Amino acid sequence: MSCLETIQSYAMRSLGIGERLLPRSDFTLCEQFTLIGSGMIWNIYFGLMALCVGFFFATALAVAKSTTNPWVRKPAKWFIFLFRGSPLFIQFFFAYFLFLNLKGAFQFFSPFTAAWLGALIVLFLNTAAYSAEIFYGALQSIPKGEIEAADAYGLSGWHKFRRIIWPTMLRLAWPSYTNEAIFLFHATTLVFFSGFPAWQQRGDALYYASYFADKTFNPFVPYPILALYFIILTLIIISLSGLVNRRLNSHLPTNMRIQFKFRLNIIR
Amino acid sequence: MFSYCIEPDALATFQWLTCYLTTGVHFSFYLSFLNVLGILAVTAPIALSFGFFGAIAARSQIVPLSLLGKGYIAVVRGVPDIAFFLFFVIALDQGFEWLRHQALCPNWTDPIRQGNDFLVCPRAKLPLGTAPQTVHQLYAYGLAIITFALVFGAFAANVIFGAMLAVPKAQLETAEAYGMSQHQIFWRILVPQMWIYALPGLSNLWQILIKATPLLFLLGIEDVVYWARELGGTKTARFTSFPHGDWRMWYFLALLIFYLFMTWSSEKFLKKIMQKLTKGQDMAGTAMSTTRDFS
Repeated sequence: MSCLETIQSYAMRSLGIGERLLPRSDFTLCEQFTLIGSGMIWNIYFGLMALCVGFFFATALAVAKSTTNPWVRKPAKWFIFLFRGSPLFIQFFFAYFLFLNLKGAFQFFSPFTAAWLGALIVLFLNTAAYSAEIFYGALQSIPKGEIEAADAYGLSGWHKFRRIIWPTMLRLAWPSYTNEAIFLFHATTLVFFSGFPAWQQRGDALYYASYFADKTFNPFVPYPILALYFIILTLIIISLSGLVNRRLNSHLPTNMRIQFKFRLNIIR
Repeated sequence: MFSYCIEPDALATFQWLTCYLTTGVHFSFYLSFLNVLGILAVTAPIALSFGFFGAIAARSQIVPLSLLGKGYIAVVRGVPDIAFFLFFVIALDQGFEWLRHQALCPNWTDPIRQGNDFLVCPRAKLPLGTAPQTVHQLYAYGLAIITFALVFGAFAANVIFGAMLAVPKAQLETAEAYGMSQHQIFWRILVPQMWIYALPGLSNLWQILIKATPLLFLLGIEDVVYWARELGGTKTARFTSFPHGDWRMWYFLALLIFYLFMTWSSEKFLKKIMQKLTKGQDMAGTAMSTTRDFS
């Protein structure tokens, strides 16, 4: 099989499109690149969806955590602690078995035991908690002067939040939030190792990488390929978020802008 | 364990539970919690020393050494850590076997990689095929600990490297003015002062290390996750005197609470230490935080 044919039959394998059987022996470099790349579709799906939905929930949580009303503040605090204080790996396991039990009781929950929905919900709640903590930190460090100026202009309530507080919060939080995004994508590799089954061998990049490593007993090819894909993904995220960062900081002189710094931030 | 446990079917719920939770396998489950703590206690100092030497290498004057240190830090950060865990366990195992193969069987002519197999001579196998089960287990633990230490060492190196840069320059210049050698400045001025700057990052790292321990399961260790899956699964009356349905959810809930307690208590403890150590010091800009992002 030429490399082009391999790409044709395996590029969408992780979605169940194309060749049904995975290669079994005499693995070529092309097959490994194609299948692991095909698995990246799942990583990007999980990461992107969780980030997009999680962003709004995180904003709400951060605002809730910084209110004075204890009935709002405490639940937000506990939620954030629950998801930040425990390992994501255990959260996946717990959620999977929880959904499995619920599925037994209610038919409604049957899609939740599949990775595309069940794992996505866990990732969404998890990233919401981590991002909320970032946003909360940013809310605490909004310059007093900006809020006072908003008051002086007669802005209040939703208007003040939408026009003054929220943009400043985003601006301050953005470098950390970029980190969160990067590591959320890294965390998506845990999904298929934590209970959620890879139905018909439709898995993510790490699933295929470990498939090749198990079959060939040679970790030195598939894992570096996976690493390469993830480094490319990380660079794309950094450059995209750089554009957003420029927009958020566009009113500031260049020496006052907050630069992105790649920080450690691993396993959740 | 209790005398009334001989006939579990006849017991009331509470007594049944006391019997169920004190079976032999459950004690293995409880022991695995101690196992986690033990691995944490062993891994943390090893990772810290890896980090220390990584940071020394990264700030070395010798270019290849500094590149090695910086490369070590950079590579581990860019790639999902779980990939590293899966990679290092096989890679280390094969590396050790290959080294032993070179040393013990110099006359072996067959290639080591034959198709999909990795074959070394029988004497170089690690652990030896004839070794007892405990040796196999210890070897698995050893590999897991080295893997953890390698990955977390890189993170610690990053933190310590930053902390070394954070020590006020004036301190080092004063030491120079007093005629100390570079060696003396490093050990007597820089290292003692660096720790306070490294502490927020390191305590952050400790929290992450705690939360990484369930990944031991992926390295083939019979840890808490393994036992929770084993014990929670459906048991029929044919194989056990304590039949029950699928209870894995409850076992993982217990794990969740265990980890929440671990992170909560260490957060409290580290905060105390930090308060004590920074008493009377001007630490502006290095605020203590156990969050991963504002550290």
